[in-house]
Amino acid sequence: MSESLYEIVIGLEVHVQLATQTKLFCRCSTQYGAPPNTQTCPVCLAMPGSLPVMNRTAFQLGLKTACALNLQIPNFTKWDRKNYYYPDLPKGYQISQYDLPMSQDGFLLITDPKGQFEPRKVGIIRAHLEEDAGKSMHDEAAGKADSRIDLNRTGTPLLEIVSEPDMRSPLEAKAYLTELKLILEYLGVSDCNMQEGSLRVDANVNLHLQTPEGKVATPIVEIKNMNSFRAVERAIAFEAERQYEVWLETKQKIGDVAKQTRGWDDQAQVTRAQRYKEESSDYRYFPEPDLAPVTTTDEEIAAVKAELGELPRQIRDRLEAQYKIPAYDADVIVNQGQTTVNYYETLAKNSGDGKLASNWVQQEVLRVLKERSLEIDAFPISTERLAELVKAVAGKEIDGTRAKDVFAEMLDSGKSAPEVMKEMGIEKVDDSELENLCRELLEANPKVLADLKEGTHKAVGALIGQAKKKNPNIDPGTFRQMCIDMSAKM
Amino acid sequence: MSLIHASAAQLLTQLESGEITSVELTKACLAQIDVADKQVGAFLKVMSESALEQAESVDTRRKKGEKLGRLAGVPVAIKDLLCTKGETTTCASKMLENFVPPYDATVIAKLKAADAVLIGKTNMDEFAMGGSTENSALGVTRNPWDLKCVPGGSSGGAAACLAASMAPLSIGTDTGGSIRQPASFCGVVGLKPTYGVVSRFGLIAFASSLDQIGPMARTAEDAAILLEAIAGYDPHDSTSANVKTPAYSQSVKQPLKGLRLGVVKEHFGDGLDSEVEQATREAINVYKSLGATVTDVSLPHSKYGIAVYYIIAPSEASSNLARFDGAHYGHRTNEAAMLEQLAQERAALEAAGDEVGLAKLDTSLVRMYRQSRAEGFGPEVKRRIMLGTYTLSAGYYDAYYLKALKVRRLIRQDYDAAFKDVDLVIGPTAPTPSFAAGTKTDDPLSMYLGDLYTVTANLAGIGGISIPCGFSKAGLPIGLQLQGPPLAEERLLQAAHMFQTATDWHQRRPELS
Repeated sequence: MSESLYEIVIGLEVHVQLATQTKLFCRCSTQYGAPPNTQTCPVCLAMPGSLPVMNRTAFQLGLKTACALNLQIPNFTKWDRKNYYYPDLPKGYQISQYDLPMSQDGFLLITDPKGQFEPRKVGIIRAHLEEDAGKSMHDEAAGKADSRIDLNRTGTPLLEIVSEPDMRSPLEAKAYLTELKLILEYLGVSDCNMQEGSLRVDANVNLHLQTPEGKVATPIVEIKNMNSFRAVERAIAFEAERQYEVWLETKQKIGDVAKQTRGWDDQAQVTRAQRYKEESSDYRYFPEPDLAPVTTTDEEIAAVKAELGELPRQIRDRLEAQYKIPAYDADVIVNQGQTTVNYYETLAKNSGDGKLASNWVQQEVLRVLKERSLEIDAFPISTERLAELVKAVAGKEIDGTRAKDVFAEMLDSGKSAPEVMKEMGIEKVDDSELENLCRELLEANPKVLADLKEGTHKAVGALIGQAKKKNPNIDPGTFRQMCIDMSAKM
Repeated sequence: MSLIHASAAQLLTQLESGEITSVELTKACLAQIDVADKQVGAFLKVMSESALEQAESVDTRRKKGEKLGRLAGVPVAIKDLLCTKGETTTCASKMLENFVPPYDATVIAKLKAADAVLIGKTNMDEFAMGGSTENSALGVTRNPWDLKCVPGGSSGGAAACLAASMAPLSIGTDTGGSIRQPASFCGVVGLKPTYGVVSRFGLIAFASSLDQIGPMARTAEDAAILLEAIAGYDPHDSTSANVKTPAYSQSVKQPLKGLRLGVVKEHFGDGLDSEVEQATREAINVYKSLGATVTDVSLPHSKYGIAVYYIIAPSEASSNLARFDGAHYGHRTNEAAMLEQLAQERAALEAAGDEVGLAKLDTSLVRMYRQSRAEGFGPEVKRRIMLGTYTLSAGYYDAYYLKALKVRRLIRQDYDAAFKDVDLVIGPTAPTPSFAAGTKTDDPLSMYLGDLYTVTANLAGIGGISIPCGFSKAGLPIGLQLQGPPLAEERLLQAAHMFQTATDWHQRRPELS
């Protein structure tokens, strides 16, 4: 490994489709998956004479996100045209924001409860609004390069969120994306579906190396075409190694060559130089004369902030404090999204045991959801019913192992915990009965008793099996402790 | 007075009273077009059939006593860059020769709602770029006062059809003087309203921050009637002014008392034709005789108007015209021939082992763009696209575009200062009367200078009107320009009407053989 030989420097550009009903500059639907070119009008088809009209909802969703990402929001922002030719850009320019974006200078805090990296405040340079382009579908068959254009996506509102080059490992990049996606989902500003392209990531990567001549940076490479966070992680890791090898070979420093764009090939797990020549891009930005600048008052910004609600980081902190659960637990639960948090909180309150509730959600509930490909809303056992079971475990009416059997039966039969427990003959063993059983077994096993008296507590294990045979309802923990206590007095 | 020479105001009265029908009127206009347009060439397309249908419908509904729109039954000619649903809208360009818009421009929708009879689409400089209509790729328009001369431009057809009595009302657009200058050349009235007064939705953009649609007519009163029908806030145009539309047709006839006119010093400098100057000075005296006070005002930055205009307008145009790329609509080069040519070029380069040449060879997409645009656009449009692409380029943006924006603000400030002391500014519309066709086509700069007195109104976003104020010895009309502060269209129209009550320049008609 050459990790110690270089530092990876990563900046991420994330494009998020905002969850509006209609497009950014016309009233066409943004629904995904409609037949090609059915969600279009003169405006998004760039028919001559058509004019854009801003969708205020999109702007509001942008404001909301900007507030959540600690970005500064100016009172005045404007639109600019980014000029370039491509068949899926029918106007020949994209309406975007150039020198006066709607927000800039924010940050996102990333942490890892497993401690794989130190907590890091990743700077966010800016988040600005722009319209999406259409989709090009290329028939790559040699010689017969027919391309088809679907303009349904044209004009869908995008928020482009540009980070500082503050991340230092693929893992940090993944953590940044995971946390960002979570925030966007908590805010309800995007469905963040990477497969449908509602969240797209480009990574800018280079290396900082220590050489005898001092610190050196390698040329920056932009990686595109990554369709999952896992792909981002792998692409960056691959790219770092590749750049290091190129460095050893060529000693090319930043500025020696033009910025390169490489695409991630998920099949081959490599980045490849994009086939097309990257024109030295002069987008000839200038203020969009068809749209008025947008002004936002301090009151409006304050109102957006006031309505933000609890963000993931705040929820994690609160769950830790309120339910006395470890940071790791809070992280797992919060990362599942708001509905899982709601489920957990109700379960914790109804069962009266936050940690046990957390274990059950993480181990059983999430496992079943994954196995059955369900969303938490569709989980068959309500929080009230699961709380009855968790409460029984907390009250030692039933041990963990048998509780899992009860849980399985509840899942299949739809019966309540008390019903299933009754059917299975599970009831709490009262203390006097347990004492009798304990004494009886200690007396019948003098060797064990002697070991116990000598302090060899593991000897009690042999008795637990016997006790369970006599009464399957005993709680092994309680029984074990009682044997130890009683042996001392015998 | 015959139907074709009557004003829209008179015609509306006659139509309402039942003295004439819209069908009679429309037929009269069509007959005049039949006769006169062979020489003038004002129309790219005469919509005889649909116009007569519309006229008939208005007549029928009138007979039934239905409530009709404010222009019911009156023919209106449309400059051919306003999208008209189902009718070819060409911008006088090969690029859009066969383009049929699927929607109506707001102004077209308003005219239809006003029950106007859309009689045809008028010729213009390609994409409204020019001052003589000689840049039309689709037809030749001549000045009805002298068929050797140009009608002005870019709304040349719109002005010529009025002068030649082919329609009583006409819609033009003005980006740097394109309504006022042809109005001046053809001896008619043309008003460029304050930016935002008329919706630009459906106007095929030349320079978005400067383009404005306006009424053209033979009298100020008619211009007021037409403006009232087309003005108004439009939620489809983010730059449209959210103000109540005044009753221009009512207020136009009220004379202005104590009118204060400012004579723009800078509009009487070098390059001004002496006959134009004389006519303008006499017109100013007419106002004095009507009780107006006249003082000199200065617009010190107006001398930069042309320079600023020819940076801002082409910059915006270079972007606005990017959509005409052959990919979606409009002209596309012959693909088979293009691909064949490309294959030959590739084979030749391969045979020569020219790696560099091969690397530089166009992809079929790029070649399609290049060739479609090369074939579809005329030389003036290409010139402006190149100018604008240059001025917006990295490294030049600050020196040209940004600087131009700053001077644009100074030009507006000049006007704001002037309008503290005067109600309107007055001067010539254009430095010269019309000129012979072909005499300036090889000298774009002298053509550009024809906009000297008009562009500043577009840059400042204010309104201006041109009205006939005399004739040259050669018998060519001369136009007087009035400009007003933002949203002063009522005042402009009132002042123009006042002048027309005291003069008869506007009543003269050319004699066509």
